[in-house]
Amino acid sequence: MKQHWLAAGAALAAVTTPALAWEPTKAIEIVVPFSAGGASDQMARTMQGIIQKNNLTSQPIIVVNKPAAGGAEGMLDIQKAAGDPHKLITTSSGIFMTPMATKLPLNWTEYTPIAMMAQDSFVLWVNAKAPYQTAGDFMTAAKAASPPLKIGGTSSKREDNLIVFGMEKAGGVKFAYIPHTSGGQASTQLSGNHIDASTNNPAEDVANWRGGATRPICVFSEQKMTYSTPVADGKSWADIPTCASQGLNVTYQMLRGMFMPGKVTKEQQAFYVNLFKKVSETPEWKDYLARSALVPDYRDGEAFVTFLKADEEKHAKLMGEAGFTAK
Amino acid sequence: MEDLSSLIAGFQVALSWHNVGFMVIGVVLGIIVGVLPGLGGPNGVAILLPLTFGMDPTSAIILLSSIYWGALFGGAITSILFNIPGEAWSVATTFDGYPMAVQGKAAEALTAAFTASFIGALSGVILITFVAPLVASFALRFGPAEFFAVFLLTFCSFIGMGRENRAKILASLCIGFLLAAVGLDSISGDLRMTFGSTELMRGFDFLIVVIGLFGVSEILLTVEEGLVFKGKQATIDLKVVLRTWAGLPRYWATLVRSSLVGMWMGVTPGGAIAASFMGYGLAKRFSRRGANFGKGEIEGVLAPETAAHAAGTSALLPMLALGIPGSATAAVLLGGLLVWGLQPGPMLFVEQKDFVWGLIASMYLGNLAGLIIVLATVPLFAAIMRIPFSFVAPVILIVCAIGAYTISNSIFDIWLMLIFGIIGYVFKKLDYPLAPLVLALVLGDRAEDAFRQALLGSGGSLGVFFANGLVTTLVALAMILLFWGPVSDLIGAARRRSGRAGKAAEAAE
Repeated sequence: MKQHWLAAGAALAAVTTPALAWEPTKAIEIVVPFSAGGASDQMARTMQGIIQKNNLTSQPIIVVNKPAAGGAEGMLDIQKAAGDPHKLITTSSGIFMTPMATKLPLNWTEYTPIAMMAQDSFVLWVNAKAPYQTAGDFMTAAKAASPPLKIGGTSSKREDNLIVFGMEKAGGVKFAYIPHTSGGQASTQLSGNHIDASTNNPAEDVANWRGGATRPICVFSEQKMTYSTPVADGKSWADIPTCASQGLNVTYQMLRGMFMPGKVTKEQQAFYVNLFKKVSETPEWKDYLARSALVPDYRDGEAFVTFLKADEEKHAKLMGEAGFTAK
Repeated sequence: MEDLSSLIAGFQVALSWHNVGFMVIGVVLGIIVGVLPGLGGPNGVAILLPLTFGMDPTSAIILLSSIYWGALFGGAITSILFNIPGEAWSVATTFDGYPMAVQGKAAEALTAAFTASFIGALSGVILITFVAPLVASFALRFGPAEFFAVFLLTFCSFIGMGRENRAKILASLCIGFLLAAVGLDSISGDLRMTFGSTELMRGFDFLIVVIGLFGVSEILLTVEEGLVFKGKQATIDLKVVLRTWAGLPRYWATLVRSSLVGMWMGVTPGGAIAASFMGYGLAKRFSRRGANFGKGEIEGVLAPETAAHAAGTSALLPMLALGIPGSATAAVLLGGLLVWGLQPGPMLFVEQKDFVWGLIASMYLGNLAGLIIVLATVPLFAAIMRIPFSFVAPVILIVCAIGAYTISNSIFDIWLMLIFGIIGYVFKKLDYPLAPLVLALVLGDRAEDAFRQALLGSGGSLGVFFANGLVTTLVALAMILLFWGPVSDLIGAARRRSGRAGKAAEAAE
């Protein structure tokens, strides 16, 4: 009873919706369009833990993985669930890229945006024993290499593949892009020296960096990361220079956010916006962001929609240039 | 020796009252999860993961890894009693386990399976205890070419070691490869053979195919034979356990071989599924009673179970030491470690000694607890075989359907399960082996990915499969296993001067 009042009170305070705030009446399902154990899955399960631990809803939260076809399975599931206020989906840039690469009839505008929780950076990693110290060294070596240097990433025609395409364009070189089923796999292959570099997210490679097997060269963002607690070799995430500052002008970041199905009411949307705003303010969430070196960037409402529109346009252009768009 | 004292300290952590309690709860939950097809270890662990967020990490991992052990044990139960593998790695257990149950030896088969699981798991844990850092660095030598070679080795050992008609094995294998290719191709990022159907996008889930091919087809066969109850009445009591144990030392060679195969496959990480098939295939070829395999030979239960569990346990080693999950369940556990604020990887052994050694100690104790619990239930499960089949069959079908539905909440999958039931029935009538199809379905896309990754890296040159000692040895070993069977058949045939030689050589090509 107490938590009900608390939730209702908070909802009133946070948004200017009518006093009749909507409350979930059954278990809430979070669909993760990736397999168990991956970065999206970890985010969903962290949120599930935070919501339950802090009693942020009266209903239980269930995490369901629907990873088939590069996340299209989960996205189709949400598309079919129009009007269902007890379903949510975690999203990444895949929300634009999966439809573009597969020609599946999916579009984010048919979903209801809730909030962007963070952005994820991409880092150029090399084996700890590799001779390259800067992005310049790496690109020079790439020019001379035959057969081309191997760069590993997750999936084909997705984020990592786009970055490698960007590097080829920026440096006028050719790479052999090797798709893996997860960033963890790419990281392991890099520490075993089977590939020359990877473009993993910070969280995907931090274990091997700390273990002295891999080393970051530069981050594909406009600004350096902000976490200054030392991670490995006395270096922190904040010490990694941007790739642009080393002459490799490629920038890319990926959104991590929450959506719900289309055709839900304003009150239902407001309930979840409020819920995830509260999640984003908990100390556990801040710990999670720091641990995964995510860029804190909470946005909801218009700010989120504006971001999505700009990001979709950017991806349509990139995917088109790289020839990844399905015909 | 420093490790040994750490281990003893680990035992002290794991042996506290509440941790032992978690262990027992975990094992029981795991058995339930393992028995229900479709639910499976990874899902069981994933469902319970959030419950552990408030717990101390050591207790949490003890609870979750005990579920893993329980699921490993539980998978064998339905395989033996109903010919329905509860888990992917217990498919090979059905080959001899189910015939044993039909002959009224369900209790023996269950005891053998559980004991073999324990022996396999124990060898895996010993491996983790003593050579963790050494083995972990070995796993790093596996690039795509080496992975492909390991899969090739598994396929070749199955063709070469099989005693069925080799052309039929090959045909079955090819159908499996075809099914494995349906869905998203991870190398090109394109959809293949989905014909615009959203249901086919998911590809063919291994468990649905297996439930159909093995479980449903078996029910169809029994129905055809007029629902005659095939299981003979046998006195079932705990003495069976002791009697079965007394017979086990005879099979030491199989147990040792399967343990080694399992440890190797778990670390590399070829996985428990490949290990169970390989353990079975090798035992079939090298056992003196190999010709009886498939007809209810206890060695045919011991071999795959030992290998699967040695692999399942060793698979936790790369996870802890390198942060690479060797299995789906390990992947979920990995997610758990991160949530508890532990970063798997080389530093875990240095920074979180208490946790690592507590976990390792719990592996010993969890397996022991698991063995005691499952053995105590042997008479209970074996008694199910006494119920008339006309009552059991509908229940099995319903459980199968629920299992198939649960995997991705789709009605389409229940139809798929029934279709595969009919396919399995036809296969059995025409005497085509089902196992190669299943093997190719499970490992086919992984083998393909590895093959294409290797060629992408080498710029299309096949030389990458002979580039270093490790991969060359694996490929050579695969070729030896592939031709071992046909050649030894050929020699045998030449001695008998029969005309079979030509046929065998033909089939081997």
